[in-house]
Amino acid sequence: MKVQLKSLLTAAILLAMPFSSAVASEGLNSGDTAWMIVSTALVMMMTPAGLALFYGGMSRYKNLLNTFAMTFVSYCLASVIWVMWGYSIAFGPDKAGIFGGLENMFLAGIGVDSLSGSIPTYVFVLFQMTFAGITVALVLGSVVDRMKFSAWIIFAVLWVTFIYCPIAHWVWGGGWMGNMGALDFAGGTVVHINAGVAGLVLALVLGKRIGYGKEAMFPSSIAFTSIGAALLWFGWFGFNAGSQLAADGVAGSAFLVTNTSAAMGALAWMFAEWLVDKKPTVLGLASGVVAGLVAITPAAGFVNLPAALIIGFVAGLLGFYFVAKVKHKLGYDDSLDAFGVHGMCGLWGALATGLFANPAVNEAGKGLFYGNSKQLWIQVVSIIATAVFTAVGTLIVIFITKLLTGGLRVTEENEVAGLDSSIHGERAFEI
Amino acid sequence: MMKIEAIIKPFKLDDVKEALNKIGIQGMTVSEVKGYGRQKGHKEIYRGAEYAVDFIPKIKIEIVIAADRADQVVETIREAANTGKIGDGKIFVIPVEQALRVRTGETGADAI
Repeated sequence: MKVQLKSLLTAAILLAMPFSSAVASEGLNSGDTAWMIVSTALVMMMTPAGLALFYGGMSRYKNLLNTFAMTFVSYCLASVIWVMWGYSIAFGPDKAGIFGGLENMFLAGIGVDSLSGSIPTYVFVLFQMTFAGITVALVLGSVVDRMKFSAWIIFAVLWVTFIYCPIAHWVWGGGWMGNMGALDFAGGTVVHINAGVAGLVLALVLGKRIGYGKEAMFPSSIAFTSIGAALLWFGWFGFNAGSQLAADGVAGSAFLVTNTSAAMGALAWMFAEWLVDKKPTVLGLASGVVAGLVAITPAAGFVNLPAALIIGFVAGLLGFYFVAKVKHKLGYDDSLDAFGVHGMCGLWGALATGLFANPAVNEAGKGLFYGNSKQLWIQVVSIIATAVFTAVGTLIVIFITKLLTGGLRVTEENEVAGLDSSIHGERAFEI
Repeated sequence: MMKIEAIIKPFKLDDVKEALNKIGIQGMTVSEVKGYGRQKGHKEIYRGAEYAVDFIPKIKIEIVIAADRADQVVETIREAANTGKIGDGKIFVIPVEQALRVRTGETGADAI
């Protein structure tokens, strides 16, 4: 009798427990959700901490705080714009494949229990927001040391709204590029080519810094830049592995190739610099890390380990060559190499995705080396479309900004005195 | 009274200070300066942008001493700071008009 009761009780208890969803089916998956919340926090840190330090350390000392300020305020602006109308333009109901409608303005129609796949929509909204934040912040890397703070704020608001959000919609929000079959796992076009080209355009319009090419412009702190690169690397795990929007095998694969590409990029840049300039620099190591990370971004969830080794290696060499050699020959002042590193390595990454996308890693992607020659051409189209739209769009945004602020550039006196004192009235350090 | 101004290589400061203490010189003023003479600077390259760094860090020591001790002090510093390589520095001897101790108001030889 006792035995029967015990087994009945056990059966009852077992039946009453809900089945844990080891396999993500419909409904909220707490594993995915936990991972995506963490991912979002990782990417968030990349902007006001990682990028601020990375860029700030490369700025001249008299502008160190201004670089921090532009980066920090970019993230704050993006945070607010995104939840007001940015998310809706990027991920709202598709209008003709170009942008999303404003139905989700102020996140209307989305509630606490709304789901995007297996995660709460609110988490998805925030995850995507961090991408908008860092993309616009990347653009400022081309124009440090000489832009009016008020002009940057207006530029950032307009740029996120009219340039970033539409492109995000095209690729990820149900727009024409995604529908065409373009592969961009975590933002090779949306983030890096976009920001790189926009930065170049803005740098060309603003003009070179006073004394560029003649005066010595020492970076304020390579130590800061190095720490910044390390924080970016750390955060990039959320950027890439989080773009799977789930805690699964593909996320694990993206995690693996991200680290590998970063390390290869660092080593390649370091060895190239050692060979050519006779000294391996810490700035080179830090720069190579970012080059490798940029290149693997569109490919992260599609390629295998051997491909990652190649992608990172080429990115390091390409970045070094473009930044240390080509830029000086062409003479433009892309101050912190937003175009040289993000634009060019993003381009390589987007093409590499078209070559190396491996259906055994992710059935959604098949590249040239796996028998799909069409993919490479799709990638080329997506690169060109992004670059053209960004170039033209950024020019228009610049024009409007100029009208509203009476000019983008600080006065010569302020530029020479330094923006920390002239704009912010502050010093970075009390030495 | 004479003022001895000595520009020396930074790592030689301890040797010079000890040598001066041994001959009874108990005080000095030291500052970090930059300069160059025959010793060339070096090159720094940041992402391909090459900069010549002409100025080399040095230490300047200033001592005011009774005129009859000047030669001894100069020779002591020279011996202690010497490495035999370019960039060892220079020593200058400058006459001093007047000296005054802030705490007591003493002047002249009583002040140094």
